[in-house]
Amino acid sequence: MKELFPMKQVMGFVFSILLTTIAMAVYFLDMTITTGMTILLVTAFIQAAVQLVVFMHAGETKDKGAIYTNVYYGLIIALVTVFGTLLCMIWGYI
Amino acid sequence: MDFFDRFAIPNPSPVIYASMVAIGLTVIAIIAGVTYFKKWGYLWQEWLTTVDHKRIGIMYLISALLMLFRGGVDAIMMRAQLAVPDNKLLDAQHYNEIFTTHGVVMIIFMAMPFIMALMNFVVPLQIGARDVAFPRLNALSFWLFFMGAMLFNISFVIGGSPDAGWTSYFPLAGTDFSESVGTNYYMIAIQIAGIGTLMTGINFITTILKMRAPGMTLMKMPMFTWASLVTNAIIVFAFPVLTVLLAMGTMDRLFGTHFFTTTNGGMDMLWANFFWVWGHPEVYILILPAFGIYSEVISTFARRNLYGYKSMVGSMVIISLLSFLVWTHHFFTMGQGALTNSIFSITTMAIAVPTGVKLFNWLFTLWKGKIEVTTPMLYALLFIPTFTIGGVTGVMLGMSAADYQYHNTMFLVAHFHMVIIPGVVFAMLAGLTYYWPKMFGFMLNEKIGKLSAWVISMSTLLAFIPMFFSGLDGQARRMYTYSESTGFGPWNMVSFIGAAGLAVGFALIVYNIYYSTRYASRDISADPWNARSLEWATHTPVPSYNFAILPHVKSSEALWDAKKHGHELFPGEYEKIHMPNNSGVPFIMSCIFFVWGFSFVFSLWIPLILTTIGIFVCMGLRSFEKDHGHYISVDEIEETENNLRGA
Repeated sequence: MKELFPMKQVMGFVFSILLTTIAMAVYFLDMTITTGMTILLVTAFIQAAVQLVVFMHAGETKDKGAIYTNVYYGLIIALVTVFGTLLCMIWGYI
Repeated sequence: MDFFDRFAIPNPSPVIYASMVAIGLTVIAIIAGVTYFKKWGYLWQEWLTTVDHKRIGIMYLISALLMLFRGGVDAIMMRAQLAVPDNKLLDAQHYNEIFTTHGVVMIIFMAMPFIMALMNFVVPLQIGARDVAFPRLNALSFWLFFMGAMLFNISFVIGGSPDAGWTSYFPLAGTDFSESVGTNYYMIAIQIAGIGTLMTGINFITTILKMRAPGMTLMKMPMFTWASLVTNAIIVFAFPVLTVLLAMGTMDRLFGTHFFTTTNGGMDMLWANFFWVWGHPEVYILILPAFGIYSEVISTFARRNLYGYKSMVGSMVIISLLSFLVWTHHFFTMGQGALTNSIFSITTMAIAVPTGVKLFNWLFTLWKGKIEVTTPMLYALLFIPTFTIGGVTGVMLGMSAADYQYHNTMFLVAHFHMVIIPGVVFAMLAGLTYYWPKMFGFMLNEKIGKLSAWVISMSTLLAFIPMFFSGLDGQARRMYTYSESTGFGPWNMVSFIGAAGLAVGFALIVYNIYYSTRYASRDISADPWNARSLEWATHTPVPSYNFAILPHVKSSEALWDAKKHGHELFPGEYEKIHMPNNSGVPFIMSCIFFVWGFSFVFSLWIPLILTTIGIFVCMGLRSFEKDHGHYISVDEIEETENNLRGA
């Protein structure tokens, strides 16, 4: 029976509901915009990772290596673009 | 008549009216010619609906050559205007339009299709595949690029050319300062072509990762295929930025949003920032396939295997990552602090290291090689010293403190032309000459080819070296005239002579194509250069299925192994081959895209809605279509193979 019960998926589902609830709390609770945005960004990225791994089966085929290389490469470039832009336009701007 | 007023040109001149007439006559001549020779059926069945990567490559090539001449005419007009002080040949507005279209046409509609042409033609052959992974998507990529290019090119006769520079910086490109529809053309035409490029990126990554011949591991791929893989990875990560950026720019211009305005919370510098987030990787999208071509050409004609294969691959992968980390060096003077500029200065100089590794690898390949100076090799040999001039001045520009002296001057213009012309144009011409026999079944004349290589390279030096000096003396770029007292006159005159020389060089290439088509021998082998990789292992002309039996590979130089070490390239028997069917949908969909873009440019909302529906209908048709391709039978393969072997 244990092999038939999709434990991973159920836990993933519960976890993603939990993440959604935390994100929803930002609207209902009174907090500063910085705290709110931080919570939203963090939960959003974890949510995306959960979906990718649990429900889109990212690590379950022999393309695992190529898929994760792509994801990490994309992540690095996205972060570099965002933080580089912030550096140029706001933090490092006189 | 109010409706038609919008199509009028805001700044007409006799030259533009003459171009209108010329374009009209050419279109009529083409239609009449095709009808007279009864070629509509041939054109439709063999070219417009084709999904064959080789034909798509050839269509890319023809478009690239056409656009080369369009961009070249722009260049000659600019140099003629600047040849003498206080010239009255062009007024300021026309000069602005010409340098804008020169930049866009040369980068996006000449260099891009040229690399696409070679990638399309060569990569599937080089990895021993029958076609790309998604043949119909490939056709759609080409036709979207083509329609984008055509849309951009009609701008100067309908509604007015864009005039805000090829970088189209806001707020200049906003509706306050660019009132004509020109910049709309820029936004929409590049958007359409860019979508096509993005599809090519996905298509080729899949092809290279999934469709290699048995035995060809990643580290046994020929160098051009490696370069294409890295290039397409950069395309996939860089082009979405352009897509979003152009969409934001379009919304600012047409729907009154405030992304890049100076008021209401907009940030005008953000355009420059994101433009170069795409724009710098774009530079490497152009140069890496060129490096791939040089690697093939140099190892073939030095008759040696490529020195430092692993370091070549490694340096390309490092370049692909670093290319995303340097974009701020395009606007050092926009107001960032010293810390930010220093960070990007360092990353910029770091990129010279892997590039240097590649240059030294080529030199070591030549070292002790039995060098045979053919036309492609001549381009490669001329590339190394001329490119170095461009590269070294690039390091000068990369020092942010010194950049305050150079920025926005002709020094910068000289630098990037000295990089792009030897880097990309020489490589494309080398690739054109090198792969010409595989594409068309005869070789280009070597004597005329070498002459044009010398004329083009010397004219490049003549045209751009003077700009280094006039730039250091303070001649600003994008200025349509200057006074005699500045002393820029002689430099610019020399530059004009160089530009005229380049025109002669390209005319020589056209003459060479004409001459060789008429007189060159058709009796050439499938491997006329005595080359090393798989694309030369199949027949000339290449049959539609490329290889009757898929090749088996043991190294990155499979054909050389077969020729010298008795490696058996094609083991086994003929089997029936599965091939994709032709389709008219990509062409029709792209035509709808053209009308969609045109409607968008002129804010014609009803046609825009109708064509948007049309695009979705085309996509829906594809989703519900059951098209499983066709099989080529063993008998048919045998017949083709026997015919080709006899020829």
